[in-house]
Parts: sequence; C-alpha cells; structure tokens
Amino acid sequence: MFKELITPQNANVFVGKLGDILERAIDKPLGYAINWGRIWSLWPVHIETACCSVEFGAASGPRYDVERFGIIEAFGSLRQCDLVVVQGTITRKMAPRLRLVYDQMPEPKYVIAMGACAITGGLYFDSYNVLPGIDGVLPVDVYVPGCPPRPETLIQACILLQEKIKNSKARKIV
Amino acid sequence: MSAKLPPGLALQKVDERIMTLNVGPQHPGSGHMRLIIQVDGDYIVGCDPDPGYVHRGEEKMAEYRNYITNIPHLERPVIHDSCNILYPYCLATEEIVGIEVPERAKYVRVIASELNRCVYTMYWLAIYGIFLGHSTMFMWPAGDRELLIDLLEKMTGARVTHAYFVPGGVRNDVPANFEDVCLRQVNYFEKRIKEYADIFYNNPILIHRTEKAGILSREDAIRLGTTGSVLRASGVDFDVRTKEPYDAYGELDVHTNVLKEGDSLARSKIPWMDMLESCNIIRQALEKMPKSGTVRTKLKPNPKGGDVSVYKRVESGRGSLGCYIVSKSRPEPYRVKLSVGSFRNLIAIPYLLKGEKLGNMPAVYWSLNYWPVEADR
Amino acid sequence: MSTDTETQTSETEAPEKKDVPAKPKEQLPEFEKGLTDKIVTKFREKTQIAFVKPNRIQINVKKEDIKDVAFFIRDDLGFDHAESVTGVDHPDQKEIEVVYHLGNYTDPKLAKQILALSTRAPREDNPNPGKDSTRLPSLREVFYSVEFHERECFEMLGVYFDGHPDNRRLLLPEDWADLPPLRKDFNIKGR
Repeated sequence: MFKELITPQNANVFVGKLGDILERAIDKPLGYAINWGRIWSLWPVHIETACCSVEFGAASGPRYDVERFGIIEAFGSLRQCDLVVVQGTITRKMAPRLRLVYDQMPEPKYVIAMGACAITGGLYFDSYNVLPGIDGVLPVDVYVPGCPPRPETLIQACILLQEKIKNSKARKIV
Repeated sequence: MSAKLPPGLALQKVDERIMTLNVGPQHPGSGHMRLIIQVDGDYIVGCDPDPGYVHRGEEKMAEYRNYITNIPHLERPVIHDSCNILYPYCLATEEIVGIEVPERAKYVRVIASELNRCVYTMYWLAIYGIFLGHSTMFMWPAGDRELLIDLLEKMTGARVTHAYFVPGGVRNDVPANFEDVCLRQVNYFEKRIKEYADIFYNNPILIHRTEKAGILSREDAIRLGTTGSVLRASGVDFDVRTKEPYDAYGELDVHTNVLKEGDSLARSKIPWMDMLESCNIIRQALEKMPKSGTVRTKLKPNPKGGDVSVYKRVESGRGSLGCYIVSKSRPEPYRVKLSVGSFRNLIAIPYLLKGEKLGNMPAVYWSLNYWPVEADR
Repeated sequence: MSTDTETQTSETEAPEKKDVPAKPKEQLPEFEKGLTDKIVTKFREKTQIAFVKPNRIQINVKKEDIKDVAFFIRDDLGFDHAESVTGVDHPDQKEIEVVYHLGNYTDPKLAKQILALSTRAPREDNPNPGKDSTRLPSLREVFYSVEFHERECFEMLGVYFDGHPDNRRLLLPEDWADLPPLRKDFNIKGR
C-alpha cells in the first residue's frame, strides 16, 4: 500500500514531511534536554587573572551562593570544564597562557569577561603591560561591568549566559 | 638527530632523573603566579618563581597622576585590604605637603585598618582551606568575612576597593549609630572565629600535613628579610604597630603574638591570633575615639611639596608595607615605590621549597602569606 | 610619636651633595646623630649625610665604596636586613640613583630606625641593559634579602649589579625588547 502512496513524484515531499515530524518529535525536545543539561552545570576553569578573583571567591561563598546554579569550581583538570571567567586585567604576559587554556577546553565552551579591565582595559587602559580588553584574544559571550562587579552582578551574568545557551542550537553544524 | 629542526625550536638536554614541572598560572594550587619546580622522584630539588602575570605598572602610572588621583590606582594591588595599602601613601603625602590629621580621623583610620586586616586574613584562610582540600574551611571564613564587609560598606560605601583614606584624614565620617553596630558585629565575629580551632587548628589531618613542613629558623627569617606573620612565627617579635607607632596606635594597647616553631602550622596560626587581637584593638578604639570632630583636613587643589623624599611604613595583613615617595615641587610625585610584604616574602619560596616533598608544596607555599597581585603591583 | 614626624617638615633638605656639618643647624635628633657620627668618623669624605630626621637617616655614597660602608653598617651599627631597593631616574643629572632602605628587627633601640643608603650610577641615553656602563656592585653578600629587589631594579631601570648570581627579568614579559620601563624617556601611550 505504501508503494502506491509514495510515487517518485511525491517522494521529496514525503521525506520533507517525515523530517519535520522527526524534528518536532525528537530534535527539539532533545535539543532542549541537552541545553538544559548544559545550563545547570557550567564548570569554570580554575584560573585567576587579577583582582576580581576576590569577588569571584566571595560569590562562591555561602552568602552569594553560585553553587545552586551548578557553577562549581571543579578542581580537576581544565579538560572537563566549559566556562572561562576572565577575572580582571589581562597582561601581555598572561595573554598567551589564557589563549592556551581556552584552546585546551573541549566544545562547547563559553567566556564571561568580568570587570572593567577585561572589557576595555579599565583603569589601566594606558599601562605598558596591559591588553585593552580581551576581545582580541577570546570570543566573549557575556560582559560584566564593574570594578569589581558585585557578586550579585556576577550571578546576573550567569543567568544571562543561561538564557543565551537556552536560545541556541544544541548541536553546531560544522 | 640528523634532521634539521624547524625554526623557533631548540634542543635542550634533560637529566635522567630530574623532571621540570610548571605549576602555572592555571593550577588549583598556585594562584596568579608560576613556579617552575624541578623534582627528583617525589622531592623538590629546585624552584624558580616566575611572578609578573599581574604586573600592571602601578609605579610608572603613579608618576603621571597627581597625589589625589593616584588613590584609586594604588589601592588596587590588594582590593580587600585597600585601606592598609593606602595608609603609608597617605602618611607620606601628609608629611610632604605638611598637614595634620584630626584626632577623630586617626581613630577611624585605626578601625578601618583593623577591619581590613581581618577581611584579608579570612580570605587567605579560605584559600588555604581549598589548597589543603578542606572545603569547610573555605565556606566558614568566606561567610564570616561578609559580616565585616557589611561594616565596611556602612563606613565607606563599597565592599572592596574603598578609596577611603585620603591625605588629610578619611573621606567621610562614620554613620550615626555605627559604634553600637560595630561592637555587636565584632563580638559575634570573635565568637565565631574562636570556633575555627575546632575544625582547623586542632584537626589531626591538618596538623599532620603542616607540622614540621617548611621550617624557617630565626636567623634565616631575619637574614632573608621576611616580614609579617612569617617573621613572627619564627620567633622574632616585630610589629610596626608597636615598634614605630603611627596615628592612634601609640595610645592603644597592642599585644604581638609570637610563636617559636617556624613551621607551616605556626605560620597559619599567627594570622588567626592576630585577628583575635584586632577585635580587642577595635573595641579599645571605639571607646577612646573622640565623640565629635572633623575627619578630614581639606587640601588646597593640586597639592605639592618641596624637594624631599619620605619613607613611611605600616603593618598590613601581609607584613610591613612601606611607601617611598620622591617629590620635586610638582603636583605629580616624581617616584612612588611600594615596598610590599608579599614581594619581600618571595625570597622564602625557593628557599623553603627545596628538599620538601611535592605534596607539601601548597601547604608551605600559601602559608608564606603571599598575595601574587600585590607582589607584582 | 607620629605627630613629631609631621611637624619636622621644615628641616628636611633635598638629598643633594651638601656638607651638613659645615652648616649651623638647630639640634638634630640625638640617637640618629650618634649613628651618623660613627659613620662619618670612620669614612670621612667618602660618605655624605643627606638628612637626619627622627627615625630616618640618609647617606650618599659613591659606588666604589658602597660595599665597605654596607659591611660597616651591618656589622658595627647592627642593621640586619634591607627593606627595599628603589631605583630613581634623574635624566637631568645623567645618573640613576639606587636607594637601599635598611632596617633592624632585633635591637629594640634600632627597631624604628630606617637608614637609607643611596648611590648613583651613570646613565646612558641608549641603554643596553647588562652591557653598558650602568653598573653597580651588588649588596647580596652583605644583605641576602636584596636578591629579588635587585633583579627588579635591573629590569625596570637597566642597572646591572656586578656579583649578583642571577640578573634576569622578573616581572616583565619574556619578550620585552623596549626601554626599561621606569626610565623617564619611556612614555606610556597617549602622554
């Protein structure tokens, strides 16, 4: 019976409609499930670059608890992490190391630029050893202004990153 | 090796037994600096510290800004202890320009300085807990220091990087019922940190890890020029607050804590004992503070001094912090040098790590009270 | 005690080469004067006293004599460590001044004194750090604590310390090929 329904003329339309049904049944919920898993377990790399690391440490403390969002500083290797929080000023000496750390992380990976120094160089924009912002080194997802940003601002940044991940495709078409 | 090497690479002969490890800027046990360690089996035979990953050129930039606009810059090396790193700068600038600080400001400065010392030490203890794998010791100090940060926020308006000390006093007076709130918080804080003895200092695992690790003898501590808790844990009784009192410390009763063993356990106990002492100092200062008065002597715009050079020092959370200013009759200082406690203790890192086991490295390294951002300035 | 240092600004002088004993002055602080008298009687013209203030003394020495003066200060006067080493660039006098601040931890009378020992090295307009004439003898044998301070002075100002085992850069990046940053002819961008 199928052989009469599917003729060489309407096989394309049939495959197209089958693809739509499959996408609606499997791909969208599967993508939602994969993104849901990624959102609630963003593990940052244990790299402290400058003074904003104090407020990042305070955000991990009991009062501003980022662990409830799944952001635990996994103290293993960076090959298991997926978030780089650039905390503060990047000097010319630190920049190649930061790029090396970013390259060693597996996909998918996200970058949060924390502090005015990571966005544009901040207070040290005219120093001889400071990069004016990390846009030339890493692709940044969320910018967090402040000098240093309060821990509540950092938590808002994590939530913005979660929104961004939720609205993006679960698999990248390479 | 008959093939030619590609450009940019070189051959280096390595030893059969000795391996070079990079305990680098990205490491759960290193902070913002790199240690190039050479190991023979399990023992460290050589250590070469490589600071400078946060070198932002503070001293050069201080020459392009005048005495007042330098303040937000020079407090950034240690953001949570910012009052103490501005303290010698303000004292030196006051001597250069030639002004006096009002009485009430001296006591407010003492209170702010002691609160900052406690906030810094709590963060240091929290990171020490992580390095040793004791995550409760991270959570308890990180939570308890928020009480003091609330007090500082009432005083200055900011959690960290207060920019509160200016040459001539402090920026603004404390709010109306500050004394009662401060006394209550400090009493509660003191009760809390006495409980740390149970989880941390009397913990047999901690004692086993840090006792007799990295012993620094008294003669070596003096010869290496170490400062702060490293010095006092090796039996030298030196504290700038008692030996060369500044501001209101001359009228307060400060007791210096000294231990004799010189190992990592002693170096980790001294900052805790100093925090208990800070609570006493704050209580005394709140009692003796003059109840009214100005807290700031106004400066003329663009203050400048003559052709002098001044060196002042202060006791901060890491040790004695000195500031050397050379001024040449211009609104900008000619040269500002901060002689920070972390940079002076840097020489103890390779000295103590040689001969230690690799597993002892975090316990010894962080007990030297080394804050990498400050040492790089 | 602290108010004393702030009201003494009227009797400070610039650290230039002037002869203090020849000028009639009001009374200098006693203990500090005793220390400087000991140095002057031993070394006579080789040292010049720049200033004597409560708790602070500065002595200017030529670079050939600095090691002998430093040994004397350590052994006879009793200062046992160096607190910091600062380099100051004076392009108008074509010299770089290096100031050692020396302190004492053990003697209760000396604990609040800081002695500033200052020398000068010649300065060249096109520096080649390590290979030109800006050299000073290193005080590492006298005070072990100056090791990392002298390395920082080398990379920031280009002053080579003879006798230091390890004159390498410490804080700057490995590929720094510009002028030493703390010199006055190194301008930061935009100014």
